[in-house]
Amino acid sequence: MKTGASAFGASFSCLMASTVPTMRDAPASTLVSVRIVYLARLREAFGCGGETLHLATDDTPTVDSIVETLVRRGGAWADELAPGRAVRFAVNQKLVRRAQAVANGDELAVFPPVTGG
Amino acid sequence: MTVRVQTGDFDVGAEIARLRSGDRSVGAVAAFIGTVRDVNDAAAITGMTLEHYPGMTEAALEDIVADARRRFDVADVVVIHRVGPLVPGDQIVLVGVTSAHRAMAFDACEFVMDMLKTRAPFWKKERTPEGERWVEARASDDEAARRW
Repeated sequence: MKTGASAFGASFSCLMASTVPTMRDAPASTLVSVRIVYLARLREAFGCGGETLHLATDDTPTVDSIVETLVRRGGAWADELAPGRAVRFAVNQKLVRRAQAVANGDELAVFPPVTGG
Repeated sequence: MTVRVQTGDFDVGAEIARLRSGDRSVGAVAAFIGTVRDVNDAAAITGMTLEHYPGMTEAALEDIVADARRRFDVADVVVIHRVGPLVPGDQIVLVGVTSAHRAMAFDACEFVMDMLKTRAPFWKKERTPEGERWVEARASDDEAARRW
């Protein structure tokens, strides 16, 4: 099954601005585009199944640095992604820790602890 | 190895028969079937919807089964997990394991379920008379997974 193809999987109708450049004026920065997918309770909290972030940065972005970018939006983003909240991450559909580097073209999924079975 | 994520129900008898078929070295079949309860955390449950992450969910289940096959001397494994709307009494998940002897079949079946509960991206949203609510992950599931 393709990502987002299921009626019960991720939907990609983002309700808010989908592009959040950071440090746009930094010298010699490169543009890194990352597809973000929000699932389950977090999709509902953000009112958004996914978006593409374009990050202009000198440093290799990590899950942590992207989370910091999202938290700076405030509101539900700051609440749900606050330090200490139980949030899980996958890069290119593999579970990763927050220190994981994220490359141009990667898919980063952000979701609550799983509750299947 | 069979791993399926589907909206429709499954026939446990047919799946177990398929798992065993043609392998006469099998002396044990262990199976776990998870079903929807009508009560959870002191609230009546009228139904639930299971969400997954298409692609990653199937890959995670395949990784868990591959891990089980490395750890335990099992002949074959089937994992079927439903998604979408379900009601109390419905089947949610089937894990079936065949092996020469029962100890390996029991252990591998329990291992697959413990890993599935903590590593496979599924999320349950329950319907109660007071409205809908997302099921919270349980610390006891993490503890069960850490045993292995």
